[in-house]
Amino acid sequence: MTPVLWVEQTLNGVQLGVMLFLMSAGLTLVFGIMNLINLAHGSLYMAGAFFAATFTLWTGNFFLALLLALAASALLGVVMEYSVLRRFYGRSHLDQVLVTFGLILVVNDVTRLIWGVVPVPFGIPTFLSGSVFVMPGLPYPIFRLAVLAVGLLVALGLFLIVAHTRVGMWIRAGASDRVMAGALGVDVPLIFSIVFAAGAALAGLAGLMAGPITAVQVGMGEPVLILALVVIVVGGIGSIRGAFIAALLIGVADTFGRVLLPPALGSMVIFILMAAILAWRPRGLFSAHG
Amino acid sequence: MDKFVRSWLAELKSYAAIFALVAVLACVPIVAQLLDNPFLIRLLTRAVLLGMAAVGLNFILGFGGLLSLMHASLFGIGAYVVAILAWHDFNMEPVLGFSGTSNVLIALPVALLCVGLAAMTTGVIALRTMGAYFIMITLAFNQMLYYFSISLQTYGGGDGLQILSTLTFNHFVITSRAQFYWLCVAVLGTVLIVMHKIIKSRFGMILQACAQNERRVKALGFAPLPYKLVAFVISGLIAGLAGALWAVGQGFVSPADLSWMRSADLVVIAVLGGTGRVYGPVLGAIVFVVLESVLSGLTPYWQLPLGLIVIGIVVFLKGGLADLFVGRRHA
Amino acid sequence: MLDVKNIHAGYDQAEVLFGVSLHIHEGEVVTLLGRNGMGKSTLVGAIMGIVPMRAGEIVFDGTRLDGQPSHAIARCGLGLVPEGRRIFPNLSVRENLLMAERLPRAVAGQCEHWTLERVVDFFPRLGERLNNNGTQLSGGEQQMLAIGRALMTNPRLLILDEATEGLAPVICDVIWSRLATLKRAGLSILIIDKDLDALTGLADRHYIIEKGEMVWEGDTATLLSDPDRCERFLGV
Repeated sequence: MTPVLWVEQTLNGVQLGVMLFLMSAGLTLVFGIMNLINLAHGSLYMAGAFFAATFTLWTGNFFLALLLALAASALLGVVMEYSVLRRFYGRSHLDQVLVTFGLILVVNDVTRLIWGVVPVPFGIPTFLSGSVFVMPGLPYPIFRLAVLAVGLLVALGLFLIVAHTRVGMWIRAGASDRVMAGALGVDVPLIFSIVFAAGAALAGLAGLMAGPITAVQVGMGEPVLILALVVIVVGGIGSIRGAFIAALLIGVADTFGRVLLPPALGSMVIFILMAAILAWRPRGLFSAHG
Repeated sequence: MDKFVRSWLAELKSYAAIFALVAVLACVPIVAQLLDNPFLIRLLTRAVLLGMAAVGLNFILGFGGLLSLMHASLFGIGAYVVAILAWHDFNMEPVLGFSGTSNVLIALPVALLCVGLAAMTTGVIALRTMGAYFIMITLAFNQMLYYFSISLQTYGGGDGLQILSTLTFNHFVITSRAQFYWLCVAVLGTVLIVMHKIIKSRFGMILQACAQNERRVKALGFAPLPYKLVAFVISGLIAGLAGALWAVGQGFVSPADLSWMRSADLVVIAVLGGTGRVYGPVLGAIVFVVLESVLSGLTPYWQLPLGLIVIGIVVFLKGGLADLFVGRRHA
Repeated sequence: MLDVKNIHAGYDQAEVLFGVSLHIHEGEVVTLLGRNGMGKSTLVGAIMGIVPMRAGEIVFDGTRLDGQPSHAIARCGLGLVPEGRRIFPNLSVRENLLMAERLPRAVAGQCEHWTLERVVDFFPRLGERLNNNGTQLSGGEQQMLAIGRALMTNPRLLILDEATEGLAPVICDVIWSRLATLKRAGLSILIIDKDLDALTGLADRHYIIEKGEMVWEGDTATLLSDPDRCERFLGV
């Protein structure tokens, strides 16, 4: 591999990593605090992309559309949590898997009903299209660089909030021992609703940033959902730090695996990595539950 | 003597539901003939095989308390091995030094061996973890094998693999859909009886005890892991058996058979029919397949009502359909 | 101050408490005695809104606590030091303390309230460990942290479930002397422990719970006057 290829693939890998982190952040906290397996998190990712594509078309303003799409994703998350998921906190994982699987089917078909089966076009503004040279001999799409920057900034912001604010302490305390946090005066249901809405917005953000790169179509959320689940299992359920490190690890490993290894092995590399890490630490790298 | 007869009768009675179910299923081709509706046989073949896979899944789900989302991939391995051996036979290319085969009676054991190995390797890793981790690891393994099947460029990659040779059972060739259907029903019946026996055995008791309170099982001096691993492998083998027959019946395998959504379908089927009974998933599969066929005939957006039904079942129906038919199982 | 009136509580199918009553006056230190599995922790759980109640009522300073979510109960001024300490493993010692910080409701007439600095003064060992992870502490330090954490909520009633379980005698002495200081400052305390000698030196009144029912209550002198009772209900 040439240096140029190394740099390019590293950029791709880190970019995939930050996207996975945006997906995993909400998922791991929801899991950690409420012990809820939410397979429908991928639907929020998909919704973010569809919302952004449509709002861009309506408003003609890319940034306004982004903000609207984020708000809409958060709102969809709140509706999902309030109408269905709230009843399933104390239930078995089996019930949770079934009900969120049911939600996937419903959201997928409602999306098909509204937007049709053909991928929705999602244009990016001219100043974000095109490429720049990140080093001699390596042109790199501006949009991907923007995604990378936004992803890193959001990850940094999220990290600062979770690691250095009072709310962040409550979130982490809730993720590790919900009952005890409540007994010390933390309003866990409120914190959880905020986390769920924020997690939905972040999934939406990941989706809308992936939209122009991949394609805005029904079912785009599920492969990413599974990668995000791998991330939170490897990182340790309930741990933001674990999710970040695991997301980068998985992103880079997946990207290089596909480049360096034969295709049959390349597509499996992250799962093998996951299996190896879990064989070594069955509760992930940084479990919030001690 | 009287006591012996009575216990024998009681034993027989516990199989009554299985016998009745198999008998009803066996009548389907006759009904299809009378109604002049051959589609019914295809539909029920699908139900029987999905049901068989779900019976396998339910062995660890309903009786071992383990929610696996990788059974579609084990099903798929069974299917792919049969198709790949047939491909090698058709193209007269040896595979790993052996020639391929279109003889199902050879392909089937090979398929089961592969499924067993896959289940054993993944099971060892997955079963070391608990609860939610187990669910997500099995989901990830499913996805891994799914991508693996797509990457098999020689065998069609993402497009799947058509079986071009004529599959035989030694020298016997299945000629009609009804014959194949009866074969599947017979295999299903055997599987159900074996499952029933295992669950009533000491092994089955320990497995169920593990699901209820693993700490107590450990305190009694049993190591749960070997029991759970053996159960996981048995469960996977049944799914793989169903998959192998699926390949024989369809003459075609594709990565879609390994998709994680199919794994989730199997869970839905098991829960729909009721996880507390060995034969529950078969009922679930019949309802699921009929529902799928009716709904998709009505609207292209048939997953919407299906999703709502799944949500409704979780909210309202705790013991599955088997409860509706037979009444609640005593605890 | 705290009035527990005839409560029934338990888990899923198993009822554990059958009509338990308990009363704590302002500034009083009260113990809850009884052998393992008699319902002590369940009573604490019921007071804190963690264990569901079937019947009865709990009143704290004129406010009904039963039926309220746990965080609302805590905010009324109840500070819990739980059995097993339950330090947040993913938070540093400093964060374990800060996450619980709450200003007292009525500042009027109260002495200065608890802050991180005051807790560190109170338990100097914690001061050396502020940046450590909660789980890197010894058992004694964890117990201090759990007490400090509860104090950070500026409680009017401190509830300790197994205050010194499994700790070295030296550490126990520190904890008991600190609790005595808290008592002198006028804090009300409900305490569960096995160390009868230490408890009788500290507490004003005692309750004995047996199979989910209160079988005895009285002051320290009366409790000590009847060794048979201690033998029968406490196994000491």
